[in-house]
Amino acid sequence: MADAPPVRVVLAKLGLDGHDRGLKVVARMLRDGGMEVVYLGLRQTTRSIIDAVEQEDADVVGISMLNAGHLTLGPLVVDALADAGLDVPVVIGGIVPDEDRPTLAAAGVAGVLGPGSPADEVVACVRAAAARRGL
Amino acid sequence: MADRGVPELVAAARGGELRATARLLTLVERGGDPADRVAEATHRHVGNAHVIGLTGPPGSGKSTLTAAWTTQLAADGRRPAVLAVDPSSPLTGGAILGDRVRMAGATAAGVFIRSMATRGHAGGLALAVPGMVRVLDIAGFDPVIVETVGVGQVEVDVTAATDTAVVVVTPGMGDAVQANKAGLLEVADLFAVNKSDRPDAADVRRDLELMLDLSKLTGHGRHDAVARPTIVSTVATTGRGVAELAEAVDAHFVELTDAGLLEARRQVRRRAEVRSHLEHLVLTASAAAVEMAFAAASRADLPDEPPGATARRLAERLLGDPGS
Repeated sequence: MADAPPVRVVLAKLGLDGHDRGLKVVARMLRDGGMEVVYLGLRQTTRSIIDAVEQEDADVVGISMLNAGHLTLGPLVVDALADAGLDVPVVIGGIVPDEDRPTLAAAGVAGVLGPGSPADEVVACVRAAAARRGL
Repeated sequence: MADRGVPELVAAARGGELRATARLLTLVERGGDPADRVAEATHRHVGNAHVIGLTGPPGSGKSTLTAAWTTQLAADGRRPAVLAVDPSSPLTGGAILGDRVRMAGATAAGVFIRSMATRGHAGGLALAVPGMVRVLDIAGFDPVIVETVGVGQVEVDVTAATDTAVVVVTPGMGDAVQANKAGLLEVADLFAVNKSDRPDAADVRRDLELMLDLSKLTGHGRHDAVARPTIVSTVATTGRGVAELAEAVDAHFVELTDAGLLEARRQVRRRAEVRSHLEHLVLTASAAAVEMAFAAASRADLPDEPPGATARRLAERLLGDPGS
């Protein structure tokens, strides 16, 4: 118990964005990086993500987006969490053009992981985001 | 809010604040001093929740059944909470906790769900679960359902250490039912034969009845049972039998209370918890000494004797046996 407690990450896909292979790969990468993944899977809403983050006392939220909704939905999730009073960083994975990254960063998204990101990078990105929670 | 102390968190949790409850669960799960402080602040307020253990083999439909059941309880105006335990990877310490995937409807219905990983060391689960159940209890949740994968002795023990132990079995397990007789099935107060729309569901029921007949014959059942375990047939995906399951579980609680066995079971539970803590304290204290003795012995060549003999000499030195 002297070891640092594992980082707890909620992973989800929003709405009708229906391809979850990437999210499953990321779940496995984070697990093998020693993290605890609360997997929500497909067809989630900002409400269900907030409920999960609150009840699970999660440290990071990871959203996978492959349907070009990131500029709309990314900030939406960040704001919804903030409005709920939850100070929990959001990481977005999936298809995000480079030129959108500054916009997402400005909107408060803690990190963006593109296709082909190696496991080390995925784990490091989530770990860096979790540092905000003192982990 | 991150800086609130344990007393403030406990007060907020008792006032119905979910975030405070979730934070307290984290503190208990991490163990150490904060967990002790939470235990100190909660132990006088507990005892209102019906604590239910639910276990069964992987893939038997535990999460789906729990979701259907708790959704119904919430609709009836109750405040159920679920503590869903999944195994950690022994290699990396990480875990994928997937119960919420099947419980999305329950979340929407207002059921409080907390996923929990076993975090490696076997003793940890036995320490953390009772403390986390206490937190959910003082936060006003009732019933509190502890869902575990029925694969290891610790999980079986955790299930047994509740007011009502529900074991989920399914058709097609065949020999698994036989193999598990000695562990999983023995602790059950109630069986749910899930996926009972499958053709061989009647066989499972018959196997269970036979096992219970034999238990009666040998007198080797749960000694603190009120009655022969009820068997309920369910189809979690359609909701069939879920109301009967809920009724049977509630009835078991009433029977326990009426027979004066509820308090007896809770006493046994508290004693078992003392033992878990004692084991943890002693093991933690002795771990360093073992490490040192072993490190010293590792530097020398192994003597020409059985490994057990070497260990016995080391142990005698550690425990200060003057005879050696």
